[in-house]
Amino acid sequence: MDALKAFLRHPSGMAGLVLILAVLVLAASAPFLYPESPWEMVATPFAPPGEDGMRLGADTLGRDVAAGIAHGARVSLLIGIASALAALVIGVTVGALAGYAGGGLDAALMRMTELFQTIPAFVLAILLVATFTPSLATIVATIGAVSWPPLARLTRAEFLRLRRREFVEAAICQGERAGRVVLGHVLPNTVSPILVTASLTVASAILIESALSFLGLGDPNMMSWGFMVGSARSSIRQAWWASVFPGLAILVTVLAINLFGEGLSDVLNPRIARRRG
Amino acid sequence: MRRAAEIGIALGAWIVRLVAVVLVIATFNFALVRAAPGDPAQVMAGQSGGADAKLLADLRAEYGLDQPYAVQLARHLGRVVRLDLGTSTQQRRPVLDLIRERLPATLLLTVTAFALALLLGSTLGVMAGLAAGSAADTAFTVLSLVLYAMPVFWLGLMLVLVFSVWLDWLPPFGYGTINARLGPLGQALDLLKYLAMPAASLGAIYLAIYARLMRASIIEVAQQDFVKTARAKGLNGAQIVVGHMLRNALVPVVTVAGMQAGALVGGAVVVETVFAWPGLGRLTFDALLQRDYPVMLGVFLILSVIVILFNLATDLAYRLIDPRMRAGSA
Repeated sequence: MDALKAFLRHPSGMAGLVLILAVLVLAASAPFLYPESPWEMVATPFAPPGEDGMRLGADTLGRDVAAGIAHGARVSLLIGIASALAALVIGVTVGALAGYAGGGLDAALMRMTELFQTIPAFVLAILLVATFTPSLATIVATIGAVSWPPLARLTRAEFLRLRRREFVEAAICQGERAGRVVLGHVLPNTVSPILVTASLTVASAILIESALSFLGLGDPNMMSWGFMVGSARSSIRQAWWASVFPGLAILVTVLAINLFGEGLSDVLNPRIARRRG
Repeated sequence: MRRAAEIGIALGAWIVRLVAVVLVIATFNFALVRAAPGDPAQVMAGQSGGADAKLLADLRAEYGLDQPYAVQLARHLGRVVRLDLGTSTQQRRPVLDLIRERLPATLLLTVTAFALALLLGSTLGVMAGLAAGSAADTAFTVLSLVLYAMPVFWLGLMLVLVFSVWLDWLPPFGYGTINARLGPLGQALDLLKYLAMPAASLGAIYLAIYARLMRASIIEVAQQDFVKTARAKGLNGAQIVVGHMLRNALVPVVTVAGMQAGALVGGAVVVETVFAWPGLGRLTFDALLQRDYPVMLGVFLILSVIVILFNLATDLAYRLIDPRMRAGSA
């Protein structure tokens, strides 16, 4: 409750939250605001903003940029959140195993985590999506597969910190099984730092998704912001609006999530926040 | 003496790591082609099944696709160790030759972007950290948050829109003016015009990251005893910053820079696509369009090696910078 009150008094965190809610409302109302498919050609190609009933103009093929942004919000949020959840599951599992088991398993898992952190993750993402053909499922799985290492390292560090604490040792002494100790005693105490990192993972997942669809590796059936920028770039001289506005949408959404995440971090982990200055 | 030995051990560990990474990535590449839907020969030939029979037969023979997996993998690793990355199915040339041609452009782009980000980011961060709490500091924080949230490809396009389309100051894409009769200096200046926007868009996000780190670092270092001592000794602000604070404040920046080398290289792929910069990223994108697997896999391997080498460089820099490491007592 205190954390909630503190968050309400955190100006940039609240600004982030309000912006996130605005994007959510846009995503939810897209089918009502723009009932026609965003792929539909509804205006004169290159119609500038304000003309032909196009609030944000039309692209090379006469598609409504505003409709694309509204429908694209659904895709960005869906993929961002789903990929962060995938990364969360992988990262927490790896980190918990490493931190709780220790020894050889810990060493092996951490070497693997380091390897994933060194390789150029985006190039790996391109390879994976291209190989397994772009679809919602493959994109989410891919972004999850390249985004989990920070979550694993964090979870491991938290587990190492908590393992030696009295309440955990007490539970072990009472003969509780390892699974129960982890799920019942250790994991609940790691929630707040993991929550912060997971929320920031949503932002980076949205950026990765947009870059993939910019390169033509998005789900071909879903209108996404990155795809819109990618398809409008060759006509940037004739129709700047078709690449400017979808990019702004990505920028605002990612910024909002980062602000929210940092606000959350300040409120939930004041110890770390103070050190960060 | 002790320090030389320490650096020797560190280098040895890095070589082991480099070899391990090469073997793991080569194995991953091997597995990826086999895990892909369809016959491996078809996958490698690309063109979604439209490859001619001769190419498929060539590929089957070249990679021994009728052999058991273990034999195929051993042969594959053997080739990689001998630096044989196969032949491009589209250009019918050795992948290593293609990579060698494109490598200088990528190195020029990434190193310039990194150097810009480090120099400008550190400078801005020091200024903001020393003026913490001022209006300029707040403006700086907002700007770095915005830069940090910007998709790199979009930033590139916005630069093109402003500096090429509207102002007509810089060429929108390319790698030097074709057929321009210029001397060596003229050529370098000409290339610089083409390099400016790609390097700026690739470096921007790192500039924001390093600046924020530097700012936090300066604020923290400023409160430490040795800075107070320096001030008590009567040294002026600039002497304290350069002589005492900078070295300490740089440590976290260099550490993070090493960790982000992979992301920097990944960003180069996108930036090169935006600016038609003829580097490895552009090569990857073209290979991607044609599903030219030997090229895609080869580039992935080489880029990973570059990241490891970059990591090694930052690790050595870190050892030189950090006073605790320098003392050899760490």
